[in-house]
Amino acid sequence: MTTRGFSGRRPPRDTSGRVPPGQSATDGFPVLSATPTPYIPMDQWSFTLKVGPKPVMTWTWEQFNALPQTRFTRDIHCVTKWTKLATAWEGVSIDDLLAAAGLAPPTQYTLAHSYGGYSTNVPIEDLIDGKALVALRYDGKPLPPEHGGPARLLVPHLYFWKSAKWVNGLQFTRRDEAGFWELRGYHMYGDPWREQRFSGD
Amino acid sequence: MKLLWQKATITAIVPRTARVKSFFFKVPQPSPFVAGQHVDIRLTADDGYQAQRSYSIASAPESTGDLELVIERLDDGEVSPFFHDIAAVGDEIELRGPIGGYFVWNAAQGGPIILIGGGSGIVPLLSMVRHRAAQRSSVPVALLVSARTWDDVIHRDELLALAQRHDGLRLILTTTRGPAMREGDYQRRIDAPMITALLQALPAAQQCFVCGSNPFVEAAAQSLIAAAVSADVIRTERYGG
Repeated sequence: MTTRGFSGRRPPRDTSGRVPPGQSATDGFPVLSATPTPYIPMDQWSFTLKVGPKPVMTWTWEQFNALPQTRFTRDIHCVTKWTKLATAWEGVSIDDLLAAAGLAPPTQYTLAHSYGGYSTNVPIEDLIDGKALVALRYDGKPLPPEHGGPARLLVPHLYFWKSAKWVNGLQFTRRDEAGFWELRGYHMYGDPWREQRFSGD
Repeated sequence: MKLLWQKATITAIVPRTARVKSFFFKVPQPSPFVAGQHVDIRLTADDGYQAQRSYSIASAPESTGDLELVIERLDDGEVSPFFHDIAAVGDEIELRGPIGGYFVWNAAQGGPIILIGGGSGIVPLLSMVRHRAAQRSSVPVALLVSARTWDDVIHRDELLALAQRHDGLRLILTTTRGPAMREGDYQRRIDAPMITALLQALPAAQQCFVCGSNPFVEAAAQSLIAAAVSADVIRTERYGG
């Protein structure tokens, strides 16, 4: 359906098919979250890898920073309709995280958990083979709290609610378990190119 | 359940402030919603180019009239200038919803509740207080609204009338670029002393809803936390991008 009188504002530069349907490119970096920003002291920060309820390994901030660091420049897509091109991140790849724990993926599904109680589900296939990071730095600087620092999950090929802010753990689950937004009507997978915003999309 | 796009018809356009208008939509198959939820709007150009935006619902869930969305004109925006400058009564607009299940309040959830809105961040809170009034609820509510000036307070007269019912809703206004007009109102940006006073006026708040721009929400939420409110009971909605 065409909207009478709407011509839209096309992107000012060639974005070469990098902006998914329904999205608009922005130069800003909007902040969206359902809770206040938690401020986590580094000496209290930790990251835990779990299989089901069982912790496999826990890292302190120092230990986590000593893991191999990967740089990663990707386009990101928020379900609230903005896309930001070529964002530069640095952190620990999920491949390196699993290698450090000596763990082969025991199930197909994971839930990322965060300080403040947030969670989101991502299939392990979408985290490995260089697809995802636990990001510690953005644009060459430590990740600010409002953007998810000290550490956030970064799964840039899925809508950005999957890139859990303030992440403190990754848990393998036997089934695909809905996280915070998925329980509230958002899509279980969230592919921006297929516009999987809400369940049923 | 699939959220379907529907062709909604604009039935009325009502200016609210210099930069804000209400748009009323007749939705062919309206779905029940909870105060605080939003809808998505989709505009399509002749060549198929589309733009989507989310807008909070201002109506009460009990309203039998058309769905009210309140849209602020953002000068560098793409969708809001279309609504302000081009959209007319009778136009069909694609819409789907309701969406969002966290920044919501139902009178049955009880309270007391604290509502803090900056600028157009008042809109989902307006739906909540309209819902409260429609339910004849006596849940204690403190509603703190920040706006540039007295005349920029969206739905000001309705808010003042709700506060006049003396049924447990307390309204506090703060204006950042104009004088305070009522006893007890403020004339500055939201800050920790203001939040502390709000909490003293409404002890034992069970839930806080904060909506507005990101800097506004951060200031309010961090002030609540500094005043010993648990982060667990603070829900935020940030207008960005």
